[in-house]
Amino acid sequence: MVTLDHYVMLSALLFATGTIGVFLRRSVITMLLSIEVMLNAVNLAFVAFGRSIGSADGQVMMFFVVTVAAAEAAVGLALVIALFRHRETLNPDMFTSLKW
Amino acid sequence: MLRFIPLLPFIGFLINLSLGRRLAKTASGAVACLAMFGAFVVSAWSVWTLVQMPPDSRGIVDQIAPWVESGALSIPFTLRLDPLGALMVLVVTGIGFLIHLYSTAYMHEERDSEYARYFSYLNLFASFMLVLVLGANFPVMFVGWEGVGLCSYLLIGFWFSKKSASDAGKKAFIVNRIGDFGFLLGMFIVWVQFGTLDFQGVAHAAGQLPVEAVFGTLSMATLLLFVGATGKSAQIPLYVWLPDAMEGPTPVSALIHAATMVTAGVYMIGRNAVLFSHAPETLAVVAGIGVATALMAGTIGLVQNDIKRVLAYSTVSQLGLMFVAMGVGAFAAGIFHLYTHAFFKALLFLGSGAVIHALAGEQDIRRMGGLRRELPVTYWTFLIGSLAIAGVPLLSGFFSKDEILWKAFSGGHYVVWAVAVVASLLTATYMFRLVFLTFHGERAEPRAADSSDDGRAVAPHDAHGGGAHDAHGVAAGGHHGESDGGTHLHDAPPAMAAALILLAIGSIVAGYIGVPTVIGGSNRIEAFLEPSFAVPGIEIDAAKLGSNHADARPDQASGDGHAAESPSPVAGENHAAEGQRSAAHAVEGQEPATHAASAQDHQTELTLMAFSSGIALAGIGLAAYFWLRRRDLTDRIAAAFSGLHRLLLNKYFVDQAYDAAIVQPIYRASERGLWTVVDTGMIDGTVNAVGRSVAGWSSALRLLQTGSIRAYALSMFVGVVVILGYYVWR
Repeated sequence: MVTLDHYVMLSALLFATGTIGVFLRRSVITMLLSIEVMLNAVNLAFVAFGRSIGSADGQVMMFFVVTVAAAEAAVGLALVIALFRHRETLNPDMFTSLKW
Repeated sequence: MLRFIPLLPFIGFLINLSLGRRLAKTASGAVACLAMFGAFVVSAWSVWTLVQMPPDSRGIVDQIAPWVESGALSIPFTLRLDPLGALMVLVVTGIGFLIHLYSTAYMHEERDSEYARYFSYLNLFASFMLVLVLGANFPVMFVGWEGVGLCSYLLIGFWFSKKSASDAGKKAFIVNRIGDFGFLLGMFIVWVQFGTLDFQGVAHAAGQLPVEAVFGTLSMATLLLFVGATGKSAQIPLYVWLPDAMEGPTPVSALIHAATMVTAGVYMIGRNAVLFSHAPETLAVVAGIGVATALMAGTIGLVQNDIKRVLAYSTVSQLGLMFVAMGVGAFAAGIFHLYTHAFFKALLFLGSGAVIHALAGEQDIRRMGGLRRELPVTYWTFLIGSLAIAGVPLLSGFFSKDEILWKAFSGGHYVVWAVAVVASLLTATYMFRLVFLTFHGERAEPRAADSSDDGRAVAPHDAHGGGAHDAHGVAAGGHHGESDGGTHLHDAPPAMAAALILLAIGSIVAGYIGVPTVIGGSNRIEAFLEPSFAVPGIEIDAAKLGSNHADARPDQASGDGHAAESPSPVAGENHAAEGQRSAAHAVEGQEPATHAASAQDHQTELTLMAFSSGIALAGIGLAAYFWLRRRDLTDRIAAAFSGLHRLLLNKYFVDQAYDAAIVQPIYRASERGLWTVVDTGMIDGTVNAVGRSVAGWSSALRLLQTGSIRAYALSMFVGVVVILGYYVWR
């Protein structure tokens, strides 16, 4: 029997994976992918909670998140291309000139 | 109607202020002169109306507006013309007009804009002076009082690009500020004591009080008011600004620093005669200061070499005599001398201006001489002025000065009288020294005197006036080029000559309104002025001023004071006023009997009159002997008493003493204490410390802004975890 706890644990696991990916990977593209993983962990949690309380709200919210994620991916990839054209690299540690 | 008297010059001021730059000289000069002439016509008309009234109730009131209304304090902006004010407005507007006229020629070399600026200041001065004279209460008078101080500052520093001129302006302003502070305090005490600031109200209330036997509130109030008078009227200890004020254009010296503004202190005491006569302690101080000033200024005047400075010290000395008159309770005599002095001193200053004008800015009398042939108009008018100020019989100065001396003597103030006589002798001597050195003898070589400049070396303080030798300012070099050779001098141009001649006529005839009874006159001026120095009759008070004055009346005024306001008990009130008047006379120590009563008095008065005429002639004779016949002798005397000579030449080192005792300590305290410690250390320190701490914190905090996106993400993540953790585990 798969219970809500399983879904939540999977969601937490996916979220942690994404977070670790954001902090550890040295490529902007991978970081974007990790963010997608985090978003999907949240989506999973939404749907699971919605199902558990017998409401469609969780699924509606999931669609919004997917839409925003699609837009974010488009903008993010465009930025990645622009950054690569400037610096010939995708290592985020190279893009630190935007400070004081 | 009265309001137009100060308003017309003020309009002239506004026109010259706003349009002056674009007006030609003739236009701005004409505006100023017309404004003054208009004021004179209105004044003359008002005075004529005043004279038509019955003598005991002479007064014209113009209530312009309520001004300050605050609780019990009610100060209307009211102008009032009474006999004393009538004399003053005629002097201010009449002589003021002549000096405006003179100025049109004297200032002709100034640029158009400067010319308009000059006349706008002059008009503004006249306007404030008229407010001062016409003001019906202390605050309105104070407006004029401060206003003329401002104009004095502006006009002394008219040639402000010259440092000595702007310094002199500042000095005049600051010294006057000390006096004004005393005046303000005196005003406060008057308000606290009487609950009113209206002159008639104060006189009325003071009239109810007994004469102060010991130093009390009235003495304190009057003494503080007198401090104000010493500032404005250049008496010890605040006289130091007046000689320096000669840095201004000469017509300004004539109008402001001789004829009108400096007499404001005398006028103020006359205006508060009832108050002052209730404080005999103050009157003694007034007389003492007056006579000391007269003597001191006279001795300084004897050795000064700058033509205008001699006249300035002469002014100080004459003002001292006026204060003597005030101090011995002879208010009418003091005002009479003020009035005649206005004529001959204005004349003398304008004459000196004509000399300076002719000599392209030369002011040192040692470099003049023999000018009487080249400047006949100036010479004769100057001579008339000198005769008048010396007190030669049948000229105006004789009548007024003799009246003061007689009042001092008959009041039993023999010491004061004796010193005043010495001061009169000095007056005659230094004035004729001036006449003889300037107009008689041989013309000194214009430049040759430079080698014999030892006098200037002895007088270091004079040196700051030394650069001022071209007090004629920008004009010095230019227009007068043709007269630099010293061969051909031109006499006063028509506008100047007209003013000189009119004032000379005035100097001769002005005294005849006050011919003493003893030589067949009737001393009309004294009878005319007397109501102004007494407790006001209620006809003026209650009927004309009406409720407004009743409001201003103090609550603490005694019961019969209140009764007096209602028109019915006329007789009782007059009686009270009469009693007061005789009480005041008793204080002055004069015999209450009329002059006609005592033949012995007549004898004494005639003797004294002959004596003072003799003094005047003796002074002239001394001057003639020393500076006309035996000029070598004066040098020998000066050499023999070199210490005394240096003391006088340096004006008793008063300026240096003030500098050491007051100016330098303030300067040091300001520089080392207020500036370096308080301002730089504390105020700037606080502000800078705030700035520095912000900068320090910022430089620490900015390290958080790494630019690394990962760091931002981490901080965001940590932040979310912390916030969530707080809500989950709290």
